[in-house]
Amino acid sequence: MLKLENISVSYGAIKALHNISLEVKSGEIVALIGANGAGKSTTLRTISGLEKPPNKDSKITFKDIQIQGALPHKIVEMGLSHVPEGRRVFPDMSVYENLLMGAHIRKGKPDQGDFDRVYHHFPRLKERIKQLAGTLSGGEQQMLAMGRALMARPDLLLLDEPSMGLAPMLVEEIFHIIEDINVAGTTILLVEQNAHLALEISNRAYVLETGEIVLEGLAPDLAQNEDIRKAYLGE
Amino acid sequence: MKKLLDNWLVQFLLFLCVLGLTAFITDAIGDVLPPYLLMIGLFIGINLIMALGLNLITGVTGQLSLGHAAFMSIGAYASAIATVNYHVPFLGGVLIGGLVACLFGIVIGFPTLRLTGDYLAIATLGFAEIVRVQFTNMKITNGAIGFLGIQGSTTFPIVMTIAVITLVLMVWLENSRNGRAMLAIREDEIASSAVGINTTLYKIQAFAIGAFCAGVGGALFAHTTTFIQPTDFGFMKSVDILSIVVLGGLGSIPGTIIGAIVLTAAPEILRPLANYRMMVYGVLLVIIMIFRPYGLLGGVNLRQAVRRAFMLTKKKQAGREE
Repeated sequence: MLKLENISVSYGAIKALHNISLEVKSGEIVALIGANGAGKSTTLRTISGLEKPPNKDSKITFKDIQIQGALPHKIVEMGLSHVPEGRRVFPDMSVYENLLMGAHIRKGKPDQGDFDRVYHHFPRLKERIKQLAGTLSGGEQQMLAMGRALMARPDLLLLDEPSMGLAPMLVEEIFHIIEDINVAGTTILLVEQNAHLALEISNRAYVLETGEIVLEGLAPDLAQNEDIRKAYLGE
Repeated sequence: MKKLLDNWLVQFLLFLCVLGLTAFITDAIGDVLPPYLLMIGLFIGINLIMALGLNLITGVTGQLSLGHAAFMSIGAYASAIATVNYHVPFLGGVLIGGLVACLFGIVIGFPTLRLTGDYLAIATLGFAEIVRVQFTNMKITNGAIGFLGIQGSTTFPIVMTIAVITLVLMVWLENSRNGRAMLAIREDEIASSAVGINTTLYKIQAFAIGAFCAGVGGALFAHTTTFIQPTDFGFMKSVDILSIVVLGGLGSIPGTIIGAIVLTAAPEILRPLANYRMMVYGVLLVIIMIFRPYGLLGGVNLRQAVRRAFMLTKKKQAGREE
């Protein structure tokens, strides 16, 4: 479904990504794990067009169409949604309005079915439709950000650190929901620092270190890998 | 009743009724009020039209612009040239003023709207200065001497009717899909593009509509004073309009109305203070901003406030009956 070939991105003189190639197949959950500053978020931002087009020989293919350098809203219209790092809900809008913005790419009256699907995954949002998003708790904001992305009916969902700053209980809940969303038919590319949980729910994973992919494989294999256990699972 | 109001034809007829009523009432007021007060009312209307445009750019979409006077001057000169040199009828001239300003808004919008915040403010400021200097050196605008002989065709009913049209369109826009997208851009630009909003398109749209309003305001201004010169449209003019928007409450349409009334009327009311006038005016601004940091009506949901006040009086009445 999604294929990255030879992606390099620099911020000024600093190289953030160095010749990254990865692939996400339809129906999978793929995790991208690594430490702070490894380039995980940059990878997602490059895919969704928020980062400037990378080097010339790079190629990003989504549904067999090359999307490198395309504008972010065009990419969303193609069925690729990005839940950015730090949630980024619209704070002065209500929960309902936030979800409505998620359906922006479709003109005309909003489809109640879209709302129902989001409420099915996140019953808590339904209780708070009139509340301002800025007054929600961190976990609820994460749910709202994910729900908002689902409103665009994406085929591929990019999730950037969904566990960031959340209580362990909530993190478990969010990860269960991610699994549910995947079962319901959305392919997921997940960026996580919490390698333990990420490997638990994903099919395959890539390990990113200072802008390079150092390891890739099936998630259960990586979870058993000696180096990974030392570096990321704290054992 | 509610369903009936949803019908666009009903809405349109209602809109026409309101316009007719505005024209009728303001015409009647025009006959009664002394010319001096009428003139203040007229300037309130012109300032309101321009401030509503800037409110869309700065208040709703969140793009700080310090160049609103430039669009105003473009509208003023374009309409004056149209009516004086080419004998276009007055209202046609106003439309031309708006359209030319709008065109410049789009042309300027493309390169500058990649910038945000302070950087955009400086860029628009620079643009305004270029426009002012250009008008000072052009032959067709009669340079620094100023453009003379414009007909004083602007009347109180015309200004008020155009102000009401602007007002209705702004309220309608703010509740539309486009308006919500503009609000989202103010809230969080990155999140906006992540949900599929074409941020550049909506920012330029806001800029174009805002510039159009400024151009119309400028055209009305030119046909009120009958004489315009480049110094009428300096940096201070941009700041004046921005003050209306900020003092009223960024993004609040009722706030912009209050702001336009207060800031246009205040210098006139303070006139007896003679030399101390502008000083007191400044103090007034400082005091308002200290006590209402988000503007007079900033952060106030008018519909909710009215409902609450209504409930309160109802409760009081119920209490009395017991």
